[in-house]
Amino acid sequence: MTAALQHTWYMTVRHLRALFRQPAWVALTLIQPIIWILLYGQLFKRIVQIPGFGAGSYIDFLTPGIVVMTVLFSGGWAGMGLIWDLDNGVIDRFLVTPVSRGALIGGRLVQLGLVAVIQSAILVSLGLALGARYPELLGLVVLVACSVLLGAAFASLSTALAAVVRKEETVIAAVNFVILPLTFLSSVFMAQNLVPGWIRSVARFNPVNWAVVAGREALSATPNWGIVFARAGYLLLFATVCAWLATRAFRAYQRSV
Amino acid sequence: MSEATRAIEASGLVKTYPGGVRALDGLSFEVEAGTVFGMLGPNGAGKSTTVKILTTLSRPDEGQARVGGFDILRQPDGVRRTIGVVAQRSGVDKEATGRENLRLQGQLFGMGRRDLERRASELLERFGLAEAADRIVRTYSGGMQRRLDIALGLIHGPQILFLDEPTTGLDPEVRTGMWEEISRLASEEGITVLLTTHYLEEADRLARRLVIVDRGRIVAEGEPEQLKGELRGDAISIELQDPESNGRVTHALGGVGEVRDVSVDGRSLRARADDGARAVPIVLQTLEASGVRVASVTVARPSLDDVYLRYTGRTFSQAEQQTPEGHRNEKKEARR
Repeated sequence: MTAALQHTWYMTVRHLRALFRQPAWVALTLIQPIIWILLYGQLFKRIVQIPGFGAGSYIDFLTPGIVVMTVLFSGGWAGMGLIWDLDNGVIDRFLVTPVSRGALIGGRLVQLGLVAVIQSAILVSLGLALGARYPELLGLVVLVACSVLLGAAFASLSTALAAVVRKEETVIAAVNFVILPLTFLSSVFMAQNLVPGWIRSVARFNPVNWAVVAGREALSATPNWGIVFARAGYLLLFATVCAWLATRAFRAYQRSV
Repeated sequence: MSEATRAIEASGLVKTYPGGVRALDGLSFEVEAGTVFGMLGPNGAGKSTTVKILTTLSRPDEGQARVGGFDILRQPDGVRRTIGVVAQRSGVDKEATGRENLRLQGQLFGMGRRDLERRASELLERFGLAEAADRIVRTYSGGMQRRLDIALGLIHGPQILFLDEPTTGLDPEVRTGMWEEISRLASEEGITVLLTTHYLEEADRLARRLVIVDRGRIVAEGEPEQLKGELRGDAISIELQDPESNGRVTHALGGVGEVRDVSVDGRSLRARADDGARAVPIVLQTLEASGVRVASVTVARPSLDDVYLRYTGRTFSQAEQQTPEGHRNEKKEARR
């Protein structure tokens, strides 16, 4: 067990180092959500005036949504890293060492989690600078935790897909055709009681929405912790199932070598 | 070979890839500890598949093997701690420096920090990478990456080293340097080396014993000199001016007692003789008498190429070209 944790950390360090050696990529992953916050925050500023929206200011409402969305996308791209490693023979090299098998996926997830914390901190700071106000720090912690769970779940799915198809194009397509719609079928941008009934129904089963709802609820002045815990529970369950799928897909890869 | 001196023993290995491609068709061999053992064969013969199975990357459909005394199926972790692997395809992390690559590899084997740092510097020095040690591997030349691959395989001081086509695609000078390094591993450090290659010269020069693999089977086994010795005598190769069409060459030479093992393929005629210098004039006379025109003649001591021809009925270059569709799969697998 200690070896597994140690190996996971070694792999985490490897992925973090590779990421920070590409500052352009780091910047790129942040530019998009920053544009969302700046642009959407302005564009839909007066949306909160619609009766029943239920939020004081749109920037209060939007910031947690963008945090969730950003971590979600980082998770979605996780499979790309695995494909590069498979293509470069790095995974095969690791597989003939005594490395803990779980560390090969675990390292990616831990790196993603750490990066998610940094991304969230930057985005929340931006939100605060633009006038968002949140009563408790605890709410922010819950938001980040739920985002990380969601990101880990989608990173696992992306990794599973990568291990099975081993094609960059497929992962790109999956991110664009699955993750983006899931974002719009949630309350990232719009209050749920103002969207059509069918979207509301879909959103109820949408993990992206669980994370947004839990995070936003935890940030509200008087959080309903029942809502928060239920959504966080679903997310934990979902992430566990996805991680299991990823290990299965990885074993399928090992069998195919 | 006694139990204790056997570093690798494989028996009856069979591997079929999806699509019914039989990459290994009952492969068995033993490797004596502390020696360089060669597996020679054209692309797609099953060499890489054998390495993948013995290094626990892949599982055989049938058969069993022990590596360093550990069962590859039941004790894969024991095998992994004992071996170093240099795969056919480079496995270096191109986004990290050479030293970082070595450090991570050593950490996975549980090496202590000081031991690891010392060993990494030593290997970087030894493989001529000391100056480039802290550069990102992406900037390395092909030869440098290959040397780093070998250093990675050696970082934890393995007893057994697998080298899957270590010199493929390298410049001749780089290759010669690599050969020296490989023979030193076995002679000075007592490491058992399993080397696969499709260079006859490489197997001839490095391997104490070798097997010739063709289509997933072993077709010949022995020491290089012994295999060549079995061919008794010199190889005569003759280039004809016109391609043979009606068997008259074979027919004509059938009556010449000085040569045997006559084979003709297009314009190329090969035969063996106990005394090449004496046989050549007779062969030429006979051919001339039958109206066959000769473009050139060479006489050579037997090479492993001749051994290969004798056991498989194909020359090495033919085998490389006519790699059957199915056997090409092994390369494809390797590339993925």
